Amino acid sequence: MALILDLTVQGAQMMLVLLLAPLLTGFIRKVKARLLRRQGPPLIQPYRDLLRLMRKEVVLADNASWLFRVIPYLIFAATWVAAALVPTFATGLKFSWTADLIAIVALLGSARFFLALAAMDVGTSFGGIGASREVMIASLAEPAMLLIVFSLALVAGATQLSTVAAFMGSPQVGLRVSLGMSLIALVMVAIAENARVPVDNPATHLELTMIHEAMVLEYSGRHLAMIDFASFLKLLLYVSLISCVFVPWGLVTAGAGPWSYVLAVVFYIGKLAASGVLLALFETAIAKMRVFRVPDFLGAALMLALLGTLLLFVSRSL
Amino acid sequence: MISDAAVLLWGVASLLGTAVLAIAVSRTPGSGTRLVYGLTLGISAAALLVLAGRILEDPVTPSTAVLPVGLPWIGAHFRLDALSTFFLVVINFGGAMASLYGLGYGSHEPSPHRVLPFFPAFLAGMNLVVLADDAFTFLLSWEFMSLSSWALVIVHHRERENARAGYIYLVMASFGTLALLLAFGLLSGPGGNYTFEAMRAAGPTPLVATFVLALMLLGAGSKAGLVPLHVWLPLAHPAAPSHVSALMSGVMTKVAVYGFIRVIFDLLGEPTWWSSIIVLFFGGLTAVLGILYALMEKDLKRLLAYSTIENIGVIFVSLGLALAFKANAMPSAAALALTAALFHALNHSFFKSLLFFGAGAVLTATGERDMEKLGGLIHRMPQTSFVFLVGCVAISSLPPFNGFVSEWLAFQAVLQSPDLPQWGLKVMVPAVGGLLALSAALAAACFVKAFGITFLGRPRTSAVEHAHEADRYSLAAMFILAALCLLAGILPGFVIDGLSPVTLSLIGSRMPVQMAQPWLSIVPIAESRSSYNGLLVFVFIAISASAAVYVIHRFASHALRRGPAWGCGFADTVPGSQYTGVSFAQPIRRVFGTFVFRATERVEMPAPGETRPARFNLEIHDVIWETLYLPIGKALDFATDHLNHLQFLTIRRYLTLVFLFLIVLLLVLALWP
Repeated sequence: MALILDLTVQGAQMMLVLLLAPLLTGFIRKVKARLLRRQGPPLIQPYRDLLRLMRKEVVLADNASWLFRVIPYLIFAATWVAAALVPTFATGLKFSWTADLIAIVALLGSARFFLALAAMDVGTSFGGIGASREVMIASLAEPAMLLIVFSLALVAGATQLSTVAAFMGSPQVGLRVSLGMSLIALVMVAIAENARVPVDNPATHLELTMIHEAMVLEYSGRHLAMIDFASFLKLLLYVSLISCVFVPWGLVTAGAGPWSYVLAVVFYIGKLAASGVLLALFETAIAKMRVFRVPDFLGAALMLALLGTLLLFVSRSL
Repeated sequence: MISDAAVLLWGVASLLGTAVLAIAVSRTPGSGTRLVYGLTLGISAAALLVLAGRILEDPVTPSTAVLPVGLPWIGAHFRLDALSTFFLVVINFGGAMASLYGLGYGSHEPSPHRVLPFFPAFLAGMNLVVLADDAFTFLLSWEFMSLSSWALVIVHHRERENARAGYIYLVMASFGTLALLLAFGLLSGPGGNYTFEAMRAAGPTPLVATFVLALMLLGAGSKAGLVPLHVWLPLAHPAAPSHVSALMSGVMTKVAVYGFIRVIFDLLGEPTWWSSIIVLFFGGLTAVLGILYALMEKDLKRLLAYSTIENIGVIFVSLGLALAFKANAMPSAAALALTAALFHALNHSFFKSLLFFGAGAVLTATGERDMEKLGGLIHRMPQTSFVFLVGCVAISSLPPFNGFVSEWLAFQAVLQSPDLPQWGLKVMVPAVGGLLALSAALAAACFVKAFGITFLGRPRTSAVEHAHEADRYSLAAMFILAALCLLAGILPGFVIDGLSPVTLSLIGSRMPVQMAQPWLSIVPIAESRSSYNGLLVFVFIAISASAAVYVIHRFASHALRRGPAWGCGFADTVPGSQYTGVSFAQPIRRVFGTFVFRATERVEMPAPGETRPARFNLEIHDVIWETLYLPIGKALDFATDHLNHLQFLTIRRYLTLVFLFLIVLLLVLALWP
């Protein structure tokens, strides 16, 4: 019985991230539009877009290889698994020990690896420019992310995200400078990883400034739907990650009653909405930066994360 | 009952016999090639069987053998313990795969008589180094290994590049052996205890231990490719035939790692904490610089060789952590770090062999090593490109493949280190952890480039259009290695448990029994709450990918139309307008290269009215070569030029010189306290 319940909660979490991911993106778009005094598309527009894309035919470049057709599913699967492993409303899920935070970062790394390959498959210049810029950003964002993981793991005593979230919610954790640094660095990395302003513009129509959009330029139809879905999931993943580590209140632990689960889901949706509003505010207030300013931005994140880790190492003996 | 060590020595003897036989048969190319590679494959496989039996039964009790050859009254000592068993598995598995690959690839060799005799000799040399149990045998085998691999590097000696590579390799190898000779000289002391057993018992003084560490870093480090002693490696490894490149990169660098572990962890006894700082520093430097060099490279095999340097850096970082933990009496953390190093050594031998085999297949099919002339090979060589992709994913340490597991173990080892008491280490370790993460991210970028430019896109030259799939032996070798990359990634517990005798014998501790964990997860140390389960990650990815495919194929449109590439409406028909490797690396070059390589980019625009085209000039400096090696070369030239006239003196002057020298020697003796 307990096993069935555990599996149900785990399955519910996987389905929940799948259901909420497009909504979050739609919500952010709506808030951004309202901030610009526009009406904006309806909240469910991303779902409609996905359905529309799925129903359309795929136009494949003449020289696209088998890899090009396989990659959308791989990217979607890797991102979905990663997103399902981040605690959204509950900690200590049945399979939460499968992969720790390092593995979640690496799973997203796999997705990016394949996306960059897909961009190079057809052999257009836009694909190449997108892929080369994406790996440049990743080469700084990934080490920053791992150093953030180090800081969290040193505070909580494990790289297991569930354990970290449970620890951060407990009264043992005090105010720490290094955690503050990690939070800032994590937000910067999340912005870069999700191709948001000021690093990249998800709504751009100017090819030369695109990074993520340049990589998926050759995709259409159901393939594009998979890739778009994966990027919705990735945004949700980062928002859940930040909220479960730094705003860990309202998470239920395994074995709680059904009502507390419902309450936790409501809490979670509230957190998503709050982060959505904050992200939209930030994106509206700031301008996109030149591509070669991005290394400075991410270098700052890397340095913050390194300082945070160093502080923890040094303060251990004090 | 004949001991296991003796059985393996028979294997070495039969490899040497094969080498002699190869001289005879190499004049009959086709059948001779097959005979030699068939024999080496058989011998390596038999050795693997012996080793497997040993691992399953009793890997701990050493098995020894003494041969009455070598120095008089000493003989040659051989010993097989847990550490050498592990490295012999790496060597013989690499040897078996290279032989299998060679069965097909060897038939494309234009001068087989230059390859066939040295290939078994090279394998025999590597086996002997790991088996040796006294300094004389070790050094002799080491030199034998170096020389036989040198002969394989200059197989195509008429090419200018290769002659230079052979020369630099020879100089660096002699330098390395000199350092090792001095290290063993210090270890054996004035009494001349050449056996490892006596050295182990002697227990060197701290001063001697310091010198030995420095000399081992020079000697084993130059063979392994530690920066700044790496300069020969990217020249020599690619110059050899591809299966030998695979052996040199995948296996011979591991023999160097073995030498380092044997002396530092086994013979030297208790380490000092600051020795780990030196190892960590050079390891971190090597990891990042190696992969940055690889990113700048456009020759596929040289890119792989530079990436070997990166992986050696990762291994040395883990070894440095193990030393730090061992010095501070943290045995379980030390076992974790050492396991990470050994696991990575094994993984690297898998995927680097695989990638060099793939590069060899591309070379045979197209005659090109320059990535800028390739492209679109995925259409012509689907199977090779598939296994090469597996190798690229594995080496980029992405889950669920094996590279990720050893990287994960190394990160877990870093996370154990805040408890280290020394401030130097407290500051060093997080910085090195950052370098490790940086090199992993750059490795992913590097292999996106390697695969993307070589196999994806449109063909850049006509060489690609006539490419054909590799032969079945080569494909078999590559598929076995690719399968092992996946297996070691999803079932890492078996490997970690298999490594436990090694850590037990060197550190006296081991990682927790992984087979006892639920669902085949792995955990770094017993009290840790971190875990990783490659198998479940793999299963989850497979399930969710199939679910996505099912849903799409059930509910979405099936329509598919082929058309010209979209490219934002810009119909570009020239394959030359694609991104090249150099342009792919441009963003990273701008971020890191201006500092590391003093890279400069200049666009020369013609004046208005001029008809010449605009030019883009890119200048990259190999800073290490220019600031370290060129001055040494110049100083040598200068000294030899000015000492030259000493050869043309009269007999009186020579006698005067001898007399003066004698007086100086006598003075030294008289004044020596």
